[in-house]
Amino acid sequence: MSELEFRVAIREALAEELARDPAVVFFGEDVAAAGGVFKATPDLLERFGPQRVFDTPISELALAGAAYGAAVTGLRPVIEVMFGDFMALAMDSLVNQAAKFWYISNEQGSVPLVVRSAVGGGGRFGAIHSQTHGTWFQGIPGLKIVFPSSPAEAKALLKASIRDDNPVIFLEHKRLYSVKGPAPEDDEVIPLGHARIARSGDDLTIVSVGKGVSDALAAADALAADGLSAEVVDLRTLRPLDLETVLHSVSRTNRLLAVEEGPRTGGWATGLLGAVAEEGLHDLDDVWIVATDETPIPYSPTLEDAFIPDADAIVASVRERLRVTAG
Amino acid sequence: MANVETARAADAGTDFLGAYGRMLLIRLFETSMHRLFLAGEIHGTTHLAAGQEAVAVGTCLALAPDDYLAGTYRGHGHALAKGTDPEPLAAEMLGRATGVCGGRAGSMNVIDLEHGLVGCYGIVGGSIAAALGAALSAKRQGRVAAALFGDGATNQAYFHECLNMAKVFSLPAVFVCENNFYGEFTPMVSVTAGADIAGRARAYAIPSATVDGNDLWAVHAAAAEAVARARAGNGPTLLECRTYRHYGHSKGDPATYRPKREVEQWLERDPLKLARSRLLSAGIAEERLAAVEEATRARLDSAVEAALRAPYPDPASERATQYSP
Repeated sequence: MSELEFRVAIREALAEELARDPAVVFFGEDVAAAGGVFKATPDLLERFGPQRVFDTPISELALAGAAYGAAVTGLRPVIEVMFGDFMALAMDSLVNQAAKFWYISNEQGSVPLVVRSAVGGGGRFGAIHSQTHGTWFQGIPGLKIVFPSSPAEAKALLKASIRDDNPVIFLEHKRLYSVKGPAPEDDEVIPLGHARIARSGDDLTIVSVGKGVSDALAAADALAADGLSAEVVDLRTLRPLDLETVLHSVSRTNRLLAVEEGPRTGGWATGLLGAVAEEGLHDLDDVWIVATDETPIPYSPTLEDAFIPDADAIVASVRERLRVTAG
Repeated sequence: MANVETARAADAGTDFLGAYGRMLLIRLFETSMHRLFLAGEIHGTTHLAAGQEAVAVGTCLALAPDDYLAGTYRGHGHALAKGTDPEPLAAEMLGRATGVCGGRAGSMNVIDLEHGLVGCYGIVGGSIAAALGAALSAKRQGRVAAALFGDGATNQAYFHECLNMAKVFSLPAVFVCENNFYGEFTPMVSVTAGADIAGRARAYAIPSATVDGNDLWAVHAAAAEAVARARAGNGPTLLECRTYRHYGHSKGDPATYRPKREVEQWLERDPLKLARSRLLSAGIAEERLAAVEEATRARLDSAVEAALRAPYPDPASERATQYSP
């Protein structure tokens, strides 16, 4: 099986969907001629021309508005809002217009648009280039939130997002762009809203999303040496949330740890734990969350490394919680 | 302003009598909505467009039926001007199942894709962005996208970001400001630097005009020129149409902040009165005008009666879905 780099997976998904459907257009800041600040989108302009792939002014409000207006009139826009933090500027068209259109129009039309952004810490970008904005949109009916964990997942989930008839917030973790992994099957598309079991185990379910999945997998390796068998669930989408897969896993392991790169207050992990308690309390021996401190993301390498929950932090938390000694 | 030849060419074959009927339909609709609001049949809030009819009707008179329009929370007239039937529109105001949006949207957020109305927006600059996006589609489809918005929206970032982007991409967009001189309760001149909305287009190298927004013919001529420019691939236009609302900002506003003399002067220039006398002087017989007025009244009355008879949506049978399948 051939190897695929995460940023190339994004590019291939875009290229394949641009080639498949003439209604797909792709635009954003520095995405065309420059190929994107994370070099995810070079050559698309050359391949598909300036009518399909183009650079825009630094106008996030207009960018999101243009995507919404285009989506309700026949196009299938994919836009890039470069850093997730900039989504604060783009929220009106997404939250107040795109998310509500299908419902308040009484289902006259749908809004097939995708907003891609680079998210997450670890890059020493400071407080306002490192956030993960998915949870800002968690409580908005009508939106889907997708957060892939690997190159193969990214490609198949981005293709599904572009084919979806609803507005999709698509998160790409910065620390994943250079990760390589097995390429997916040709034209594989993963339907949105279905979590996957990334690793099977019996003693504990670790749920995460995006880069957190690779951290959880690394943690599961370390915990196996302690004699603890951890199952890892990759949520793939934060909205809709695949509660069934989590409940099914917890019904076997009876323990649930949610790992979120973000503050626990208002995060997806607290919502997930609440939903699991509501539906599966009888299966639970223990539930807890590993999240970040309730401060903005710090810059200094020592501070940022301590701030972000990585594989070591997950292992340490599990050992402490379950009173397991290192194996 | 459109030059004389352009205006004459635009006028030729244009159904101004029909447009006058449409303006009257909006006026009667708003009067009816005002009455129904006071009677407790319309809920929440409502923003009436009486006095501003010529801007929406003149703009839509220059558009083709399949061109796109984005309107505002003061949008009843925008929808009616674009072709929305008064019965489902009235039913929407009344929260009935037969509403144009099934009673899900209400007064401020009407959507009618069948008539090219992509939406009406509770965020004042929202229509500008929606039209920008619709213009991206319109450019490929040979259509034009127009936005109607108030003077207040010209101080939102939407206005500046979207005018800039529309020009950069030479999009077939027509931005029509309904300058009624008050953003909610605040005089436009006191919060709008330069107090020259059309003049703001110069910074973006976008053609613009200041238009008498109570003169149907003036609005239509300016809009026709802008639509022709857009359709020819020559990019966006900004029109500042100066007009005045007869009611307050919303249902609970008696508009006491407006000087009495100013209100009187504007009421003398009621767009319906101006249109009627112009049609008469153009040789349209009084009987034809009266017939149009009578037919319009009858249409509105039967629309409102039918809407009032329509059922409310039943929460028990409501099959609400957040996602399009």
